[in-house]
Amino acid sequence: MDLKTALFNYTLRLGDTNLILGQRLSEWTGHGPFLEEDLALTNIALDITGAAKSFLEYAASVENKGRTEDDLAYFRNDRQFFNVQLTELPNGDYARTIVRQVFMDCFDFYFYQELSKSKDETLAGIAQKSIKEVTYHLRHSSSWVERFGDGTNESHIKAQNALNELWQFTDELFEMNEVDEVLIKEGIAVDLSIVKTKWDQYITELLNKSTLSKPENVFMQTGSRKGVHTEHLGYILAEMQALPRMYPNAKW
Amino acid sequence: MTTKKHIISLLSEIADPEIPVITIVELGVVRDIEIITNSSIHLKITPTYSGCPAMKQIEDDVKKKLMENGFTDINIETIYSPAWTTDWITPEAKEKLKAYGIAPPEHTSEDKSWLTGKPKTVQCPQCKSSNTKLISQFGSTACKALYQCQDCLEPFDYFKCI
Repeated sequence: MDLKTALFNYTLRLGDTNLILGQRLSEWTGHGPFLEEDLALTNIALDITGAAKSFLEYAASVENKGRTEDDLAYFRNDRQFFNVQLTELPNGDYARTIVRQVFMDCFDFYFYQELSKSKDETLAGIAQKSIKEVTYHLRHSSSWVERFGDGTNESHIKAQNALNELWQFTDELFEMNEVDEVLIKEGIAVDLSIVKTKWDQYITELLNKSTLSKPENVFMQTGSRKGVHTEHLGYILAEMQALPRMYPNAKW
Repeated sequence: MTTKKHIISLLSEIADPEIPVITIVELGVVRDIEIITNSSIHLKITPTYSGCPAMKQIEDDVKKKLMENGFTDINIETIYSPAWTTDWITPEAKEKLKAYGIAPPEHTSEDKSWLTGKPKTVQCPQCKSSNTKLISQFGSTACKALYQCQDCLEPFDYFKCI
């Protein structure tokens, strides 16, 4: 694989993961459990969608075939998306949304720290920008995990159920393939095994503090690096892409 | 030949779309100006937050202002590095924020108390009391947190440090 193809795929993966997570989170807008949380999740969705725009814009310029970030977002099918499956899963109840979010925030927090040292200036710049925002996100989701876990009997059960269901999707965050290999050699991509160690430590400490137990011996899902997804991605894309596909030149 | 100083004074007439009391220059989003000819200019701007919806508006406002002043070839580039920080907001702009009812960022971004979650004192922009409480890390826009004054009971926005 040549460097340009690898960089395009890598940037696309980062863009897609942020795009789909941002889209999912924005479903809470107007439906949050109370006003401040509604605003919080909407703000977080906005930051994440903003990061998606930056990555997809860069992917489009790396590809250099005249496609824009909007073309990449709205005119690809599910098998051409490389977001991790965790991001496409339905929101479920608030505990489930928060557990997914803490997994992602914690990953982003350590991932962007590494990516900010990338030899690719654009990727490093986007990472330096995002890390400031993600720090706030991680604090938000962590404080909720703690409150749910160490809260009432009901909130504890809901948080533990969410953990048990979502844990199987966490391995995918750290999968590396040829794309990573090519780019790590050039000092562009992040070695995800470094991120995994830090992620594990943070999540283990947080779960202990929250009186929640870390699921053990779980079968791990895989596929997104090859464009294989759960059934949920097709539906979220259908909703997200319907308008631009129906009216390809729509402006508003 | 138009000078940079002249361009800055033109751009200083453009208000931030969400906080109209401060200008985009005071906010620190204009990073570089390169005047190529009397009609051609290259600008670098940086977003305050990744998803800040005001960026497009700022770009449009900048284009309009420059076109009104004889520029026909305007190239605006968005840069991410170095990342925008609240340290770039000028002291005058911080005073204007306070007068407008938004508590300005209290410390520099180097101060890491916000990272560790240790509470810090934010002064109420209405009654100047320091007896205030954080309601939510996320406020009416991406750049603000929500506080409430425990003395005058007024809720207010705080421009958070990044």
